[in-house]
Formats: sequence, C-alpha cells, structure tokens
Amino acid sequence: MLLLEGIIEAFSLIFTLDPNLVRIVLLSLQVSLLAVVFATLAGVPLGAYLGLKPPERTRFVSKLLYTLMGLPPVVAGLVIYLLISRMGPLGFLGLLYSPTAMVMAQFALAVPIIAALTMIGIRSKGKEVQETARTLGAGRFLTAWTVVRESRFAIFGAVVTGLGRVIAEVGAVMIVGGNIEGHTRVMTTAIVLETGKGNFELALGLGLILLLISFFINSLLHYFQGGGKGGVW
Amino acid sequence: MVFGREIILEVKNLSKVYDKEVLHIDHLALRRGRIYGIIGPSGAGKSTLLRLVNLLEPPSGGEIHFLGRPISMNGNVSRTDAARREMTLVFQKPLLFQTSVEENVAFGLKARRFTREEVRARVDILLGKVGMREFAGRHAGTLSGGEAQRVALARAVAFEPALLLLDEPTANLDPSNIELIERLILDLNRETAMTIVMVTHNIFQARRVAREVIFMHEGRVVETGETEKIFTSPEDPRTKAFVEGRMVY
Repeated sequence: MLLLEGIIEAFSLIFTLDPNLVRIVLLSLQVSLLAVVFATLAGVPLGAYLGLKPPERTRFVSKLLYTLMGLPPVVAGLVIYLLISRMGPLGFLGLLYSPTAMVMAQFALAVPIIAALTMIGIRSKGKEVQETARTLGAGRFLTAWTVVRESRFAIFGAVVTGLGRVIAEVGAVMIVGGNIEGHTRVMTTAIVLETGKGNFELALGLGLILLLISFFINSLLHYFQGGGKGGVW
Repeated sequence: MVFGREIILEVKNLSKVYDKEVLHIDHLALRRGRIYGIIGPSGAGKSTLLRLVNLLEPPSGGEIHFLGRPISMNGNVSRTDAARREMTLVFQKPLLFQTSVEENVAFGLKARRFTREEVRARVDILLGKVGMREFAGRHAGTLSGGEAQRVALARAVAFEPALLLLDEPTANLDPSNIELIERLILDLNRETAMTIVMVTHNIFQARRVAREVIFMHEGRVVETGETEKIFTSPEDPRTKAFVEGRMVY
C-alpha cells in the first residue's frame, strides 16, 4: 500500500508542479543537456576522425574508448573531484560542489560513449561512402563531410545514448555536486536522499519523471537507429 | 587530337599484392573515345585494375599515366584530386546518398562548383536520359536496384568525365534495365566521345557494347583487340576457351 500511496502522492506533486520538484528536474536537465552538448562538440569530431582512419591504425584509441564507455560514474566523479578540489590542479577555480563541476563529471562520462558510437557508425558504412564520394571527384573535406552526413542517424543515436547515460547516473554528480538543496540537487541524488529519509512521494515523483525522460530518450534512440523512419513514437 | 588514337590511360608494370600478387600488368594503353570491355573469370583482377586506376587503392608497383600525366595516391594531393575529377567509377552495387535522387545526381557537379543553374539544367537532362525525371524528388532509399543503378550512372556522367569506369554495372539487373543501361553507354560514347571501360562477366554484353576487349586471367592481361577479332579468332588458347564458354572457373 505504501507504494500505491506514494505513487498517488507523486502524481499529485507532478500535476501541481511542486516548486521543489520542478527546480530539481530543471537543474537535472540543465546539467545533463549542457554536458551532452559539450560532449557532442568533442566526441563527434573525435569519433568521425577515428572512424575515417583504418581500424588497424586506431586500435589502441578504440580500445581505450571502449574501456572508458564502461567507466563507473563514481570513478569519473572521483577524478573530477581530485582535479577541482582545493588541493587539485584546478582548485583555484573554486568549482567543487557547483553545477559546473557536475557538468564536467557528466561530460567525462558522455564523451567516450558519443565518440565510440560515432566511430562505429561511421566505420559501418564510411568506407563505401568515402569511396563513392571520391569517385565523384569530392576533395578531402567534402568526402569527410559526406561521410559524417551519411552517418547522421548513427551520430544522433550516439548523442542520445550519451544523454541517457548521464541523466540517469548518480555517483559522479553526488561526489562533485554534493547534493546541496537548491544548488546541486538533481533527480538521481534527490531520489537517493528522499528514499533515505523515508520521503517516498517525492522520490517516486522524481522516479516517474526520470522514467518518462528515459522513455522519451529511448524513443528518440529507436527513431535514429531505424534511420529516421517510422516516427519517434 | 584524334579520337581513337590519343592514349588516355596507360599503365606500365602495374601490380597489386595483398597476401599474394593478384594483379600484374606489363603494359596496357587505352585510347580516347573507345568503349573497352574487360572480361575474364572471377579473380582475374578486373575490379582491382579499375580500383587502382581510379586511385581508390595504391598499387604495389608500377605506373599509371592518365591524360599524359603520371598519377598516384601518394603523390601531389591537388594532382590526385585533379585526376579524380576527370574520371569516375560506377560500382556493381552503387551507393546512393541518403537524400533525393536529384541531389545524388548533383553531387559531382557541386563538387566541381558548377553554378546552381548549370546543376539544375544538367540534372534535369541526365534524369531524362535515364528515364528517371519523375523520380527527381524521391528519396534515393526508395528506389529499386535497376532504378538506383540508372541514377548512379546519371550521377557519374553528369560532369562528363574523360574516363568512365564501370564495374559490372548490370549484374543482377532485369533484362529491361540491362538494355536501357547498355543503350545509355552506347549513346554516351557516341555523343560525348567519353572513354568507357566496362568490366563484365557477360561475354555477350561485351560483344554487344565494347569496341575493344581486354581478356584478363589470373591477374594478367592475356589478350586485347577489336571485339570481333577476340570473339572470332582469339590468339591465346585461354581467351578462346573463355569466349567459347569452355573455361571452368
């Protein structure tokens, strides 16, 4: 019954747009979207570059990327923490326990995913596209651009996968954000805290929103994996 | 310049080695304005030759001279790009870009910075020639194999390359599409004096379309000559066996 009551109360919080819940959701989206935008700017060119190179020449980097794809969020958080803590090399910036630090941690988690999946997507049909563009007289830049354009659905899929990964993670943002109310509290860290406090309504409400976001992200992912056919829903 | 006499492409001691040597051509010269049919059993090196000539792969040795100049993948970038702009290769299974039919045909023209009006006019003419004008706005992914091959051919010849390389362009197509593409090849050659090199397994097709035939076997050019001569009085017993359908491979 506790679960049922919790769910009813959670819906009530969602439909009444509870200010606390809205603030947490907005900060989560802000942090994760910003992290993914930066990760896309870094990961897509890196993945495209690697995807266009012969696999035997990028073996080590590929292995590294695949390894980092499975990087535990707490490890990413720890590394960023050590970098930006007062004693760390970037300590002078005073970023610890700020949304910027959370963006940095999620960026570190998303870049390998976006770069590796972009590389795989480009590699799957890149050679054929590259050769076709070359036979038609395209120079190096146009050839590279054509390969990226033809792999656009794979690249969008990579970005969406990166977003799915970071919005649901808890360890990294907990370490570098500190879960400070009204400042660095996001959906996942709030769920952990509220569950610990026995405040299941808010935890369930946030959980439902997270599930909805996850459903939306997965729908987008399926759409892109299907080559943009059939609509998002 | 006299069509039919000027050498447009010449290869000397051209070789390609993967695990073993798959191609070694001592000498081969193609003249401007002719249609060549390259025939031979599987593994004869026909497609490899086209890929080397089109600079899609570097040769293991030898030289390729195109329009009187040596070309190579490892040489001067602008010269390599310039050579690529004067020739093109149509694959057996062409890849059409995931956009409209007209955008596909326009690709090579845009790469050569034709004006928008020129692009539009040429695309329209070419699509008319291949019977695909009403498909101009269609997404390339919706085309059948024969339609895709016709669009690929239109895309390849839109910028009037000096040398058109065709790798089994009608393999797996139905008879009506085969006839249409063969007619296109003959028309193109007659109207533009474009040099065309067509790799084909189909000896009857080579006889119908090519003016000269190059017979390859085990990575080597065995015999070249006027089509009728190759089919009626070949000099090499391997050529004779192949054109008579006696070569088992």
